[in-house]
Amino acid sequence: MEETTSRSAAVRDGLGVGLAVGLSGIAFGAAAVTAGLSVPQACVLSLLAFTGASQFALTGAVAAGGDLAAATLGALLLGGRNTLYGLRMADLLRVRGQHRFLGRLLAAHGVIDETTAVTMAQPDPESARTGFVTTFASLYVAWNLTTLAGAYGTSFLGDPGVLGLDVVGPVAFLAILWPRLAESAELRWLAAGAAAIALCATPFLPAGVPVLLSAVAVLAVMLR
Amino acid sequence: MTLWWAIAAVCLGCYALKLAGLAAPRRVLDHPRVRRFAELVPVALLAALIAVQTFTAEGGLSFDPARTAGLGAAVVALLLRAPFLVVLASAAVVTALARMLLG
Repeated sequence: MEETTSRSAAVRDGLGVGLAVGLSGIAFGAAAVTAGLSVPQACVLSLLAFTGASQFALTGAVAAGGDLAAATLGALLLGGRNTLYGLRMADLLRVRGQHRFLGRLLAAHGVIDETTAVTMAQPDPESARTGFVTTFASLYVAWNLTTLAGAYGTSFLGDPGVLGLDVVGPVAFLAILWPRLAESAELRWLAAGAAAIALCATPFLPAGVPVLLSAVAVLAVMLR
Repeated sequence: MTLWWAIAAVCLGCYALKLAGLAAPRRVLDHPRVRRFAELVPVALLAALIAVQTFTAEGGLSFDPARTAGLGAAVVALLLRAPFLVVLASAAVVTALARMLLG
């Protein structure tokens, strides 16, 4: 009986996070079209990249008219944290049965911030799997539908800046970063240092490169 | 590099990074330096992206009062523990209003 309760709690957690965060696909769609991407380009990113920070990073660089290779590298560096999540969840998500290979290929696509948070918060492996599947499914559907709506809607606006949509990208990053900043003073110094490096480098380097250069601040923290 | 190629690279790369975590041997994570690096890099990159997207334009530093006001509104919303979507919406509304008032 207790197991049923914790599994239904996992479903509730998953749906809550999946739908709430999934709705912000509307912000991604709007930001992507504001940046100059087409509606299909915004939708392909949400369908196949399916990791918000990297998607916003690429569109942000396109908006700035930056070097696409640097922008791609920045987006991939951000996506690197999903590798860490996968390492942590590998045991929990071990798929059994004859379709385990396909199961793992599919599960991999869902390894992102939100699914990890819900999965790791569950009290037992069975609820953890339920939490993962529920979050992944609801977030994937909501994120892609709202990306389409946001991108399509914005494509009818003359100047999205009038609606303040250009601020959505950086604010999305701030909201993702916020819990980490609250965690420790060291991370706040790292963030401030990285921001300062990127701003100082901007007048001298092609767009996109200053963001990559800011990773130097990580080495300073690690070597300390 | 056209935009579609960049999109294809980001899509393939992001998927490969996710799969690598599920498929990699466990001892990789056990290395404390790998774990620490992977935790710190996103913090630096996100902070740099916020700074660059808020305070630069066309390859130089620039101060946009409306966008800065929007970022300030987001900070207030985050301090009040507002949900993600409310944070985004309040920032956009404040930016739009500031732009209207400041002309």
